[in-house]
Amino acid sequence: MTMGVIEGIPPDPILERREMVQRVARKTLDRRILISRGMVGLCGVALLLALVPLFAILYSLLQKGIRWWNLDFFTKVPQFPSLIDPNAIGGVSNAIIGSLVIDGIAALFAIPIGIVAGLFLAESSSKFSSMLRTTAEIMTGLPSILLGIFAYQMIVIGFDEWGVKLPGIGFSGIAGSFAIGVLMIPVIMKASETALRGVPAPIREAGLALGARRSVIARKVVIPTALPGLITAVLLAFSRAVGETAPILWVIGASNIVEWSPRKEMASMPLQIFQSATSPYVALREEAWGIALFLVFVVLVINLGSRLFAAWLQRERR
Amino acid sequence: MDPSTMIRVSTEMSDQEGDPRLGPISMRFEDVSVTFHGRTAIRDVAFEVPKNKVTSLIGPSGSGKTTLLRAINRLHDLTKGAVVSGSIRLGDTDIYKGGIPATLLRTRVGMVFQRPNPFPTMSIFDNVVSGLRFNGIRKKSVLEEAAESALVAAALWDSVSNRLKAHASTLSGGEQQRLCIARALAVEPEVLLMDEPTSSLDPISMRLIEELLGELKSRVTIVIVTHNMQQAARVSDLCAFFLMGNDRAGEQIEVAPTKKLFSEPDDPRTLDYIQGRFG
Repeated sequence: MTMGVIEGIPPDPILERREMVQRVARKTLDRRILISRGMVGLCGVALLLALVPLFAILYSLLQKGIRWWNLDFFTKVPQFPSLIDPNAIGGVSNAIIGSLVIDGIAALFAIPIGIVAGLFLAESSSKFSSMLRTTAEIMTGLPSILLGIFAYQMIVIGFDEWGVKLPGIGFSGIAGSFAIGVLMIPVIMKASETALRGVPAPIREAGLALGARRSVIARKVVIPTALPGLITAVLLAFSRAVGETAPILWVIGASNIVEWSPRKEMASMPLQIFQSATSPYVALREEAWGIALFLVFVVLVINLGSRLFAAWLQRERR
Repeated sequence: MDPSTMIRVSTEMSDQEGDPRLGPISMRFEDVSVTFHGRTAIRDVAFEVPKNKVTSLIGPSGSGKTTLLRAINRLHDLTKGAVVSGSIRLGDTDIYKGGIPATLLRTRVGMVFQRPNPFPTMSIFDNVVSGLRFNGIRKKSVLEEAAESALVAAALWDSVSNRLKAHASTLSGGEQQRLCIARALAVEPEVLLMDEPTSSLDPISMRLIEELLGELKSRVTIVIVTHNMQQAARVSDLCAFFLMGNDRAGEQIEVAPTKKLFSEPDDPRTLDYIQGRFG
């Protein structure tokens, strides 16, 4: 018999266990807090390690790139510096316009295809849809240069197999759009599937229970509900595509004038960075930082913009 | 047991008596208010919870019952912008000012939620002893003993004793909820909070759990939120009635022994509410 227990009455196992739990919990609390702090510390270190390269990139881009941003940079086309003025390198308006046209056309066909395919993946549970999903997943992991080769074969040279004959149209902006668009489709597909699947089943069922066809529910209920997610999906895919270099490397040719027609050879920002950075002229090499900064700026604006817009849309609906 | 390791965890407030009809008290609310981002969800709660009794919190949606219940377990600590003011005393401990770590408090105040929420990847046994393991108790014999005791108390032992290694998801909804009760009981808390524990269950499972409460109160003080007034009348000894005020903040209207509150309430609003539902 121990203290606190009256002779003759057996100890209450529940009270004993309560005391034991409290004692052990108290005893191990310090150690658990210590481990917890250590783990939080490790997370902090990991976060820092991840952020260091990011900020290093942004810093060097800003430091070396911002001074090239002037009126000429945005309005003139490249020119080779002369001995008299080694800094007379013109601007990169041709590359900016080129990127705009190439990526714009790519988005124009990739977004509808991607969203419709995403809707199919979200709404169907057939064998075909799971095959399609796997294919999309594999395609997102495909080295992007393969898409460049594909576009080169299909659009630049032309296709002539199995009795099908498609004439090539040569180096052109449209070939770049094709490569970039094919790159965007699986990304949009997967992301919009996730967004559409986020719509709770009871909401779908509420529509079905009213006698609506699934296509009507998709149009009137599912897509509007998932819209913020869809917009984010599309813009993130687009911002990724804007920076892609490999797919357009050997399909868009080159152009030193502002070219609006996608049937002609074009310039583009990622490619211009590559060309400027490998040029023999110091000023051109330095200017590549300015283009790189502008590219990052565009991607950042699209990213932030899509997030803000989605958040705003979400709030508006409350 | 070695006397030097004996720790007083008894929570009797022997010098303080609540309602004389209901004996010693376990918890005391004084001017308790909860605000979220400056908006008051419930204000000025002041009453005493009798020890080893069932106390029910009733009132319409938005009257702050669940908010109050979650405050007892300090679940609002995890919500950004939530502020709990006033004092909630558990025994000698002011749970918000006493400097007691929330994790320790939660071993003394258990909680059962509206929907059964067993840990999906754990077996029945692992679910029951999870609270003990989280708090550093590893000894197998202790875990087994505690698991059996808790499962017996939750009236689940007979149906699961031969399949303790089975996944918790193999149980029916009612069984899962009793598993959650067993899981909460295994750490031997002093207070068990229940947030509408039967609202997602069928009537038979509901009756089983209601019957359970009567047996459990010798072991643990129970505070239960319920929308079902018959349930409050059936299971509780003390009943606290809340309403939403003009500024949409919950207010305590009346606290009385359940029999009195349901037969001759002091406040006309209590009568209105009860009659509206029973009428």
